[in-house]
Amino acid sequence: MSDDTVRTVERVELLTAETSEGDQELKRRESTKTTELGREVGSVLRLDGHGFDPNSVDYERRDDETMIINMGPSHPSTHGVLRLMLELDGEFVLRTKPVIGYLHTGMEKTGEELSYVQGATNVTRMDYLSPVINELCYSMAVEKLLDIEVPERAVWIRMMMSELNRMSSHLVWMATNGMDLGSTSMMIYGLRERELILAFFEKTAGLRLNLNYVRPGGVAADLPDGWQDDVLVICDTILERTYEYDQLLTGQPIFRQRLVGVAPMTAEEALALGVTGPLLRSTGVPWDLRRTMPYLAYDQVDFDVIVGTFGDNFDRYAIRLNEIRESIRIVRQCIDMMPDGDYRSQDPKVTPPPRARIGESMEALIHHFKLFTEGFHVPAGEVYMAVESPRGELGCYLVSDGGPKPYRMHTRAPSFVNLQAVPLLMRGGMVSDAITVISTVDPVMGEVDR
Amino acid sequence: MIALSPSAPPGIPTSEAHCADLCCFPAREQYFDLIESFKNDDFEMCVDLCGVDYLENLERALPRGVVRTRFEVVVNLLSLSKRQRVRVRVQAGDDDPEVASLFSLYPGTEAMEREAFDLFGVLFTNHPDLTRILMPEEWEGHPLRKDYGSGRVPVQFKEAPGPR
Repeated sequence: MSDDTVRTVERVELLTAETSEGDQELKRRESTKTTELGREVGSVLRLDGHGFDPNSVDYERRDDETMIINMGPSHPSTHGVLRLMLELDGEFVLRTKPVIGYLHTGMEKTGEELSYVQGATNVTRMDYLSPVINELCYSMAVEKLLDIEVPERAVWIRMMMSELNRMSSHLVWMATNGMDLGSTSMMIYGLRERELILAFFEKTAGLRLNLNYVRPGGVAADLPDGWQDDVLVICDTILERTYEYDQLLTGQPIFRQRLVGVAPMTAEEALALGVTGPLLRSTGVPWDLRRTMPYLAYDQVDFDVIVGTFGDNFDRYAIRLNEIRESIRIVRQCIDMMPDGDYRSQDPKVTPPPRARIGESMEALIHHFKLFTEGFHVPAGEVYMAVESPRGELGCYLVSDGGPKPYRMHTRAPSFVNLQAVPLLMRGGMVSDAITVISTVDPVMGEVDR
Repeated sequence: MIALSPSAPPGIPTSEAHCADLCCFPAREQYFDLIESFKNDDFEMCVDLCGVDYLENLERALPRGVVRTRFEVVVNLLSLSKRQRVRVRVQAGDDDPEVASLFSLYPGTEAMEREAFDLFGVLFTNHPDLTRILMPEEWEGHPLRKDYGSGRVPVQFKEAPGPR
């Protein structure tokens, strides 16, 4: 054997070691604990009290009959860097295990090092499809600790912007879901409509994606002149287009065959797994925080909570499509009912002095400087705030020790929890159904890994 | 709008300061039974579970009778039928943080407990698969602990002499 051959073999072993996630991976049946096997096949959920029945797992199957393959982390239909390990029997999925963390950037640790003023720029990058709602959740938690009131106009601006954001997030979902199922034209249409909303975001906040628009104390800027016309055009155009999507997809036989009756889930399973958002509503549970635990001014607007029946892929599709229409209803009411007034709190503790004052007053300049270097101090305490993001309950748990930075900032990411439903939904389905399951669960990996 | 507030079993310190939710402070031994009693009391969902390291804030305000420890595990429960939340803050220990796993009550806590283990090193008894979830398997230490420094990447300016 020549030296070259030896070196090649060593190199191959090294590469294998580098890509291994060790114990986090899906293990072979013979080396898997009984409870864990039960968890992975979903049988833990199907029993009273979630006890575990050993008889529900098929132990007879030997390892040499099945095959474990990786889907991802760079598979195009895993929406980022989700890695799924699938145990396959031919074309059928027996066990699934999501392996996550490929996008982990320690944002909760970063959150402890940024002041409360800077914090919004951090959380807006978590769920990058619904940045406004992330900022909103964080800002509401800070405001609750500070015990300050936000002006009425700021509340309504926040509500309108989060509904526009919900529309844009669901439109991206419609687009990617269409692409996953082979309808590439839907991909183009979904992103085209989203562009209208992003253009309005740019006009209002100056940025398209990570806006840093909602901040503790209010919003960063007032709505631009003539915003009513812009928003009306968005509402009219997108509402009309949703009926075109109906024509393109909803009744389309191939599309329906891929979705109807595929990967159903019961309400009991969804509750046990802590699943929220459209996934939970698809099982028939009418739980939407905007309605059931109203925040902002959601108790003053008229909208319906869309609920499914069967908890299958088609219900999840229909819920998201109709939620776009409900968001349009809310946005239209926001246009009519938008109050006048300040767009941010006038409490000098959190709000910097107006730009014009800084030029003529030394105190105003110092105040501005202190606010943006040191930040404001927040009374000691802890708080959990939850809002309804397009993916489910988005929570922010803040602990303050009285300083200008959060002592602990934890985000309850809906995608992170919803991802636990994937092994249950995929079991017994085909590999092609696995793609639709990832798509309809709609995980955003930035939020899963944080 | 809010119905009757939930009540904790006697013998467990509670507080409602600074937040609308009821907050319970069980000891490690009471933790699992308390959560089980809440589950039987129509709290169908465990929405959130996370760890907190109070190394730099050991003298935090807690109700009388609670023995302060360095680590806390914070659980947020939700009752859909009563539209209520309740928060449980269990004192998880100083050097050997360990609490019971809630997996048998709420299977959805599986990933959240793995996250708390990964980032804080809190052990969960009877968890089916307590491995790291966000960090690589061979990672040393638990990054969200307060004595774990965060990394810095030195900034290389164009004019500054340095390796090319």
